[in-house]
Amino acid sequence: MQDKLTIGGIELGSRLLLGTGKFPSNAIIPQVIKSSGAKVITVALRRIDFDSEDENILKHIPKDCILMPNTSGARNADEAVRIARIARAAGCGNWIKIEVISDNKYLLPDNFETIRATEILAKEGFTVLPYMSPDLMTARRLKDAGASAVMPLGAPIGTNKGLRTRELVKILIDEIDLPIIVDAGLGRPSEAAEAMELGAAAVLVNTAIATSDDPISMGEAFGLAVLAGRKAFLSGAGAVKDFAEASSPLTGFLGT
Amino acid sequence: MSFYEKYLEYRDFDFEEFASNLTDDYIIKVINKERINELEFLSLLSPKAGKYIEFMAQKSRKLTLQHFGRVIFLYTPIYVANYCVNQCVYCGFNISNNIVRKKLTIEEVEQEAKIISDTGLKHILLLTGESRLHSSLDYIKECVTVLKKYFSSISIEVYPLEMDEYKELVEAGVDGFTMYQEVYNEDVYGQLHLKGPKKNYRYRIDAPERACVAGMRSVNIGALLGLDDWEREAFFTGIHAQYLQNKYQDAEISVSIPRMRPCNGAFQPKVNVNDKNFVQIIFAFRLFMPRVGITLSTRERPEFRDNLVGLGVTKMSAGSSTEVGGHAIDSKSEGQFDISDTRNVEQIKELIYSKGFQPVFKDWQQI
Repeated sequence: MQDKLTIGGIELGSRLLLGTGKFPSNAIIPQVIKSSGAKVITVALRRIDFDSEDENILKHIPKDCILMPNTSGARNADEAVRIARIARAAGCGNWIKIEVISDNKYLLPDNFETIRATEILAKEGFTVLPYMSPDLMTARRLKDAGASAVMPLGAPIGTNKGLRTRELVKILIDEIDLPIIVDAGLGRPSEAAEAMELGAAAVLVNTAIATSDDPISMGEAFGLAVLAGRKAFLSGAGAVKDFAEASSPLTGFLGT
Repeated sequence: MSFYEKYLEYRDFDFEEFASNLTDDYIIKVINKERINELEFLSLLSPKAGKYIEFMAQKSRKLTLQHFGRVIFLYTPIYVANYCVNQCVYCGFNISNNIVRKKLTIEEVEQEAKIISDTGLKHILLLTGESRLHSSLDYIKECVTVLKKYFSSISIEVYPLEMDEYKELVEAGVDGFTMYQEVYNEDVYGQLHLKGPKKNYRYRIDAPERACVAGMRSVNIGALLGLDDWEREAFFTGIHAQYLQNKYQDAEISVSIPRMRPCNGAFQPKVNVNDKNFVQIIFAFRLFMPRVGITLSTRERPEFRDNLVGLGVTKMSAGSSTEVGGHAIDSKSEGQFDISDTRNVEQIKELIYSKGFQPVFKDWQQI
């Protein structure tokens, strides 16, 4: 069965997207990319040290990966737009993950400003993947504004709390005709699998892999979980029942 | 509302009685809570909480990893002038101290900037002595214009300014602000600041808020530890940081914990803040505000700094000099204080890697 995820006209080889902000070194990132199978790698423009031979993270991202700069640090749509333009001008490609956060306490995205930035950047030809708080109306407006996918948070960023927004994400999966990528909050491979079983198109993970004791191995675990979750979704899970259904039922003597 | 009103709420609080009533069970409960309030934060600064420092360390490490990852941000100060009009009894730049005074020309600022930037550093903290006369707003802006060529993030630590002046600096390219209240105890503040505009406690305590209103992206505050009881000073620093973060959610608030170092002049710290006290403050800050930045300067000893990587600190200075023209100029002035960790940037970088953390040179981009 063909099961390909296409975003911005590009067929992606993996449904696990990888964040890069919290690793113990940039040098480990290519190994995590390999073990996890991730093909879309997001990097904060604020962190890219273009001048440095050793510390420039771009030197550690394999050529066959899609670089997706993000607008971390943007407090409003205008700043996100400026960051996106700088990233493209610096040769970071056409993809942009919009992150507009004006709340440093919980790091929750500003949906309103995110829609504004999406509208501007989509018109400028960017492949726009906005990070958002799961909300149906916002998702519809993001689609209308030209987003190529929608990335609702599973839980506040960095919390590793899992798919706490499950019901809201499910509504987006059911209602929005765009890939829904669960971004932020997934702390364990089982939670990534849960999002995929629910029908998410992909997941984006950073903290859970980067801050584990063995990021390479944890990257592999997430990669496998995403595959398993997707396969389960496609297979169609059996119905959940309140009572056990024995193969030799107690009332079998009654006949049919 | 100003933070000063918050300060007044606790000014006459009986800190000693509060500490004497704390129980072991209470402290354990606080350490295990997901979110703690002001008085719970205060309890973590108590001698009783000192018994549970290992538990606090484990929680602090976990929270820091979760929110910041395995990274340490690096920066260094650039001192461009040490002229000062204040008489602060504990400071080497004190107007009554007979030291060599210097203010860099813009060309000299560029020479310094170039040498610092060759080390790979991208975040710079511009410092002047507190003299509007010698280091005018225009002079600071000229320095910023030069520094922008070499650094991706520019912070300032200068005398308190008006909100509109901070705005001018933001427009000129400054994204970070640092100001230490020095001592939150208003009576002690009055005794230590003998002359000069810095005597105005209220004007200084409101400066971080003016910086937030002006749109500074990161705002860093702190108390100079050693000037008064550290438990109270750390408490006021923490609730000041929380006040700012709650009111200005788009600013990144951080705290520094400068411990007094020997300097010119005969003043000795009133209070000894030992290493255990110091780390207890770091852990209490982290448990109170999981996302707050915590800065550790080269005032601290190398081996002590090494041990703190990963336990709560998020930002460290490297290759520091507190002298005006300390990197490039032959005729050096005297420093504000003696630094303890004299390792260069490369050595600090290696140290951080050896601890399983990534030294991050760049975490902002001028936009």
